[in-house]
Amino acid sequence: MAEAQIRNYTLNFGPQHPAAHGVLRMVMELDGEVVDRIDPHIGLLHRGTEKLIEHKTYLQAVPYFDRLDYVAPMNQEHAFALATEKLLGIEVPERGQYIRVLFSEISRILNHLLNLTAFAMDVGAMTPMLWGFEQRELLMEFYERASGARLHAAYFRPGGVHQDLPEGMLDDIMEWATAFPKFITDMETLLNENRIFKQRTVDIGCVSADDALDWGFSGPMLRASGVAWDLRKAQPYDVYDRLDFDIPIGKNGDCYDRYLVRVEEIRQSLRIIGQCVGDMPGGPVVAENNKIAPPKRNEMKQSMEALIHHFKLYTEGYRVPVGETYTAVEAPKGEFGVYLVSDGTNRPYRCKIRAPGFAHLAAIDFLSRGHMLADSVAILGAMDIVFGEVDR
Amino acid sequence: MQEALKDLIEHVEAALGAKAAREYAGLELVFRVGGDSLLEVLAFLRDDVNCRFKCLVDLCGVDYPERRERFEIIYNLLSHSHNLRIRIKTATDEDTPVPSVTGLFSSAIWPEREAWDLYGIFFSDHPDLRRLLTDYGFEGHPMRKDFPLTGYLEVRYDDEQKRVVYEPVSLTQEFRSFDYLSPWEGPLPGDEKAEGV
Repeated sequence: MAEAQIRNYTLNFGPQHPAAHGVLRMVMELDGEVVDRIDPHIGLLHRGTEKLIEHKTYLQAVPYFDRLDYVAPMNQEHAFALATEKLLGIEVPERGQYIRVLFSEISRILNHLLNLTAFAMDVGAMTPMLWGFEQRELLMEFYERASGARLHAAYFRPGGVHQDLPEGMLDDIMEWATAFPKFITDMETLLNENRIFKQRTVDIGCVSADDALDWGFSGPMLRASGVAWDLRKAQPYDVYDRLDFDIPIGKNGDCYDRYLVRVEEIRQSLRIIGQCVGDMPGGPVVAENNKIAPPKRNEMKQSMEALIHHFKLYTEGYRVPVGETYTAVEAPKGEFGVYLVSDGTNRPYRCKIRAPGFAHLAAIDFLSRGHMLADSVAILGAMDIVFGEVDR
Repeated sequence: MQEALKDLIEHVEAALGAKAAREYAGLELVFRVGGDSLLEVLAFLRDDVNCRFKCLVDLCGVDYPERRERFEIIYNLLSHSHNLRIRIKTATDEDTPVPSVTGLFSSAIWPEREAWDLYGIFFSDHPDLRRLLTDYGFEGHPMRKDFPLTGYLEVRYDDEQKRVVYEPVSLTQEFRSFDYLSPWEGPLPGDEKAEGV
C-alpha cells in the first residue's frame, strides 16, 4: 500500500475570535488536533502610544496609560507617576500614597475578577462571568466617585492623586469589602473542584521556574511556577512596606495554579484595602509644590499667583531634569515598567512601556507546543492578555 | 540595598574591566558596553553567582539623530535572587548590526523584533527578525525621531471597490507642535524698546 501523505493543517485563529481576548491573530500549524507551532500576529491594536507620549507634556501623557491595560487602568498610571516623581525628586504626601495603594488594590481586584471569570468562560463555565461583572460594576462606581470616570480615570498624577476622596467613601469601600468575600467563596465552589474546569486546566501549559525567568514572566504567571517574587514586597513603593500581606505561590506552574494564585491574590488585596482604610491619614493628597501640582480651584479665584501657576502647568507643563529611570510596579498582570528618558524639556524624550502581557504572549508558542488546539485557548486565557498593553 | 549595589559594582568592574564603562543614573546602575563584547558581558551577568541576572525584563531602542551612532539599545536586567536591577547600554548606527541576545534570553525575541520594526535596528543571528507591531506591508521605522507623528499613509474602507484602500495622509488642519518652552525665558516682546531709551 502506498504511504499516505499527511500534511500539517494551518489554522487561522482570530483576529476576531471570542477566545482571543481581543484582536489577536494566531497562525497555528496543527498536526491533527495537536499544536505544532503558533505564530502570533500582534499589533492590530497598535496606536503608537510611545510616539504620542514623546509629543505630549508629562501631564498629558497620563491618560495614555489608562488605555494600555484598560482592565486595571490605575496601576499603569502608578508606574508613570512614580517614574516622573523619581526624575523630579519629589515626595508624595502620606494620604496620597495611601489612596494610590488603595486604588491599586481595587484595580487588582477589578482585573482578577475579569480575568478569572473570562478564563472560566473560555473553558466552559458561564456563571462566574455574570456574577463577576456585577461585582466589577460596584468597584467601578468607586472609580467614578473618586475620579469621575469609570474606566479611564487619569487619577494618579505625578505628585499624588488628582483630588481627595469624597466624604463617606472609605466607609462604603469597607462595607463592600466585608460583603465581597462571599462572592469569592461562591465562585470557588463553582470552579475549584469542578471536574470539567480541572480537566481543562490541571497540567496544561506547565512552566518551570527557570523557563519562566528565561521568558521574562512576572506576576501570577511567575508565582504559579513557584517563584516567590512580588515587587510590592521585594522593591516596595509608596506605603506597601508598611502593610501586612502574603504572596501566594503555586507549585506546578500550570493553568490551574495560575487560577488559584489569582484567587488568593484577591483575598490579599482585600486585606490591604482593609489596612489602607483603617490607617488612612489626613492631610493633602498631592505634593504641595505649585510648580508641579496645580493649585486648588478656589485659590485661583483669589490669588493671581495661583492663576499663573494653573495657566503655566496646563500649557507649558513642568520641566523634568535631565535623567533616565526604569521604574516598575506590580500590576495585576505582572511587572509593568516605564523606562523614561528626560532631556530637560517639558516632554519625555523617550517613554518605553514594558507590559507584562507582551512577554507572556511571546511565550505562547513555547507553552502550547504539543498541546491540543483547545488547550491553547485555556493557556491564553490563563495568561491574562489585554491587547491594549501588548500592542501599545 | 545600597550596600548590595556597591558590592555588585565592585564585583562587575573587577570581572569585566574595560569592557563595561559605568554610568550612573541616580540609584540605578548603568553600564555602557561595546557591541562586540555585549554577549560576553550579558552571559557573565546571567551566570555569575554574585549577579544571577536571569531575567531580561526589557529591551528597547532610543533614537538620538544627532549622534554618529544614533541608536542606543537598552537592556534592563533583573536578578530575582539578589533583588537587584542593572541596565546595559550599547550603541549602533543604521547599518551596523547588533548581536542578538536571543541565545541567552528567550524573552529577547519579541523585543528585538519590536526594536527592528520601530527603529530599524538590525540584530544579527536573530531567529525570526520580522516586523511585529506595524501593519502588514508597512514601510519605514515609525519611532525614529525623523518619522512624522501623523505618518504617511491612512486607510479607509472604499465602498465602491469593496475593500480597504491606502491613501496618503490628508489632514484638514496641519499637525501643530506648539513650542511652549520659550515665553518666560529670554527677551520678552517689548524689551527692545527699553534698550533704545
